[in-house]
Amino acid sequence: MKKVLIGLTAFVVVSMVVLAGCKKKEEAEIGPPPPVPYKVGAVLDVTGKAAWLGEPEKKTVEMVVRQVNAAGGINGHPLMVIVEDNASEEATAVIAMKKLVDSDKVCAVIGPSQSGTTLAVVPIAMEKKVPLISCAAAARIVQPAAEKFWVFKVPQMDSDCVRRIYDYMKEKGWTKAALITVTDGFGSAGREQLKTIAKEYKIEIAADETYLPTDTDMTVQLTKIKNTEAQALISWSIAPGQSTVIRNARQLGLTIPLFQSHGFGNIKYVQAAGEAADGVLFPAGKLLSVEDVPDADPQKKVLVQYKKDYESEYKEPVSTFGGHGYDALNLVIDALKAVGPNRAKIRDYIENRKGFIGTAGVFNFSPTDHCGLDKTAFVMYTVKGQKFTLLK
Amino acid sequence: MNLGTLMQYTFAGIKIGSIYAMVALGFNIIYNTTGIINFAQGEFVMLGGMFMVSLSKVMPLGVAFPIAVLAVVVIGCIFERGAIWPAKGASVITLIMITIGGSFLLKGVAMLVWGKSSFPLRSFSSEKPLRVLGARIEPQMLWIVGVLVVVMVLLSLFFRFTLTGKAMRACAANRAAASLCGVSVDRMVLLSFALAAGIGAVAGIVITPVTLIDYNRGAMYALKGFAAAVLGGLGIPTGAVVGGLVIGLMECFGAALPFRDASSYKDAIALLVLLVFLCAKPSGILGRAAISELKKF
Repeated sequence: MKKVLIGLTAFVVVSMVVLAGCKKKEEAEIGPPPPVPYKVGAVLDVTGKAAWLGEPEKKTVEMVVRQVNAAGGINGHPLMVIVEDNASEEATAVIAMKKLVDSDKVCAVIGPSQSGTTLAVVPIAMEKKVPLISCAAAARIVQPAAEKFWVFKVPQMDSDCVRRIYDYMKEKGWTKAALITVTDGFGSAGREQLKTIAKEYKIEIAADETYLPTDTDMTVQLTKIKNTEAQALISWSIAPGQSTVIRNARQLGLTIPLFQSHGFGNIKYVQAAGEAADGVLFPAGKLLSVEDVPDADPQKKVLVQYKKDYESEYKEPVSTFGGHGYDALNLVIDALKAVGPNRAKIRDYIENRKGFIGTAGVFNFSPTDHCGLDKTAFVMYTVKGQKFTLLK
Repeated sequence: MNLGTLMQYTFAGIKIGSIYAMVALGFNIIYNTTGIINFAQGEFVMLGGMFMVSLSKVMPLGVAFPIAVLAVVVIGCIFERGAIWPAKGASVITLIMITIGGSFLLKGVAMLVWGKSSFPLRSFSSEKPLRVLGARIEPQMLWIVGVLVVVMVLLSLFFRFTLTGKAMRACAANRAAASLCGVSVDRMVLLSFALAAGIGAVAGIVITPVTLIDYNRGAMYALKGFAAAVLGGLGIPTGAVVGGLVIGLMECFGAALPFRDASSYKDAIALLVLLVFLCAKPSGILGRAAISELKKF
């Protein structure tokens, strides 16, 4: 009896599948084929410790896709961006990247949001020859240029961020810096840049403390720093822990100026740090102070447009990270318009793109420079009254 | 190292040690009444913090606090009735595995409800640091230590002077005898979970202004809290506090050691000391070898 029942169920299921298949075939034969969508992949750190980077990036990407398709697509082809969330983890990013490249057969991939997750997927981009436009900052993502043929990035270099901070320190006559960095990809890359470039500027590193992304209290490391002769504290992270560092530093009564990296560019980090964030200094792109950008600046139009669109759609302030998503996708759209969905052609096009106006700066790519920005893309900010303010 | 720095490290150790102590207290309560280790204890801590974050957005802190604790107590009771009580005949190991499964479930639900971000909570009183013995401490730390003291005092009053408290101690000593004396063992087990959930929630709430909270935080607190409970002597309430403070202090002094990357190894240093100590004295700091031999686990 049981066997009969199983057999009957199987027969019913199989016949339903066959009938469904037949029905589809009939429908597909009528009318001209619709234009093939251009498929772009996006691996973003939407959840997890880099959520304050990946979520605005995802929202931005979705908004741009809607705008492009409402305007008729790219040369008549609809744009389809397949967004995968890698939960801020390297292993998940690798799986997502493989899926986008192998099964979805995308023509380019944007993201990931973090330096650590980007470095994890770079080998896949190189092996499968797919252009990867990362939204992460570490210089080693695109250097050495010979080994990173297929890889580009849209945020400003972490090395340029370091230079900007050191320029400011030199102006003020500070020569001793204390470092506190997180042990993930972005933090450790930043730490190396900070130590190497310090020699150029003759800045002494008075302390070199680290903390894990999962650490919840950095009082001990900051106490060690307090006991040194450092004249400035440089904190380098994108994890929410950087807000805790600021709070702990204020509580310990650290009066030396506190610098952050451009990984601080989402107001949520300020909110998590509370009043302690007032007075923090950091370099970032012009997106955080669009009103103060002069009209003659070539970036003004793009900045105003993005800020208006994003803030009216999502009712939350823009962050530099959403801006990176905007730049990455627009770069790919620009390439698609010119050369169509061919991986190698897209790569070549981007590599030779000059004068591309984005939110992070005006990009000038070249075969030796897959970042396209230098330290002039930065302006110095501080935090006043829980808001980002341009440092004057 | 001057006194100020020494005191700074000590206070940092006491701050985090108090949380481990409260988690360890929760472990001890359930262990004493049922003989099992409840590995979902860390999730109670996490849920306390999460509920407090959500509630504090719509009501003042003073009102949100008891409601958040109550919410976690209810969850603890549902957990006990739903997962532990139906399996009451099972072996200790099976029940422990059930609690591990329960911790995954609670963590997963928290992730779905609150997402994976970290959430801040404002401090209960001002954020202006106080100067004590050359070190600076944030007022929230006084709340943390204060809450620990209050919890300890209330618990010891409860166990010593109330009938229910004595009934729970009777269960811990000998379940069969307690049952013969008219104590409802089932109800005592439920109460122990409720208490442990409540204490865990309180710990989570007071630490969140300092450390932020996210769905994944529970595992770390459970691990350290369990280590604290074992170090102090499993089942002994004062042992939980001693164990918690010792582990907290070892972590902070470990991170303060003057070699590079000491801070990355602080967890390893603390747990290494724990292992070495237990090799020498397995019953813990306050435990007595004879008594620990009588226990099943």
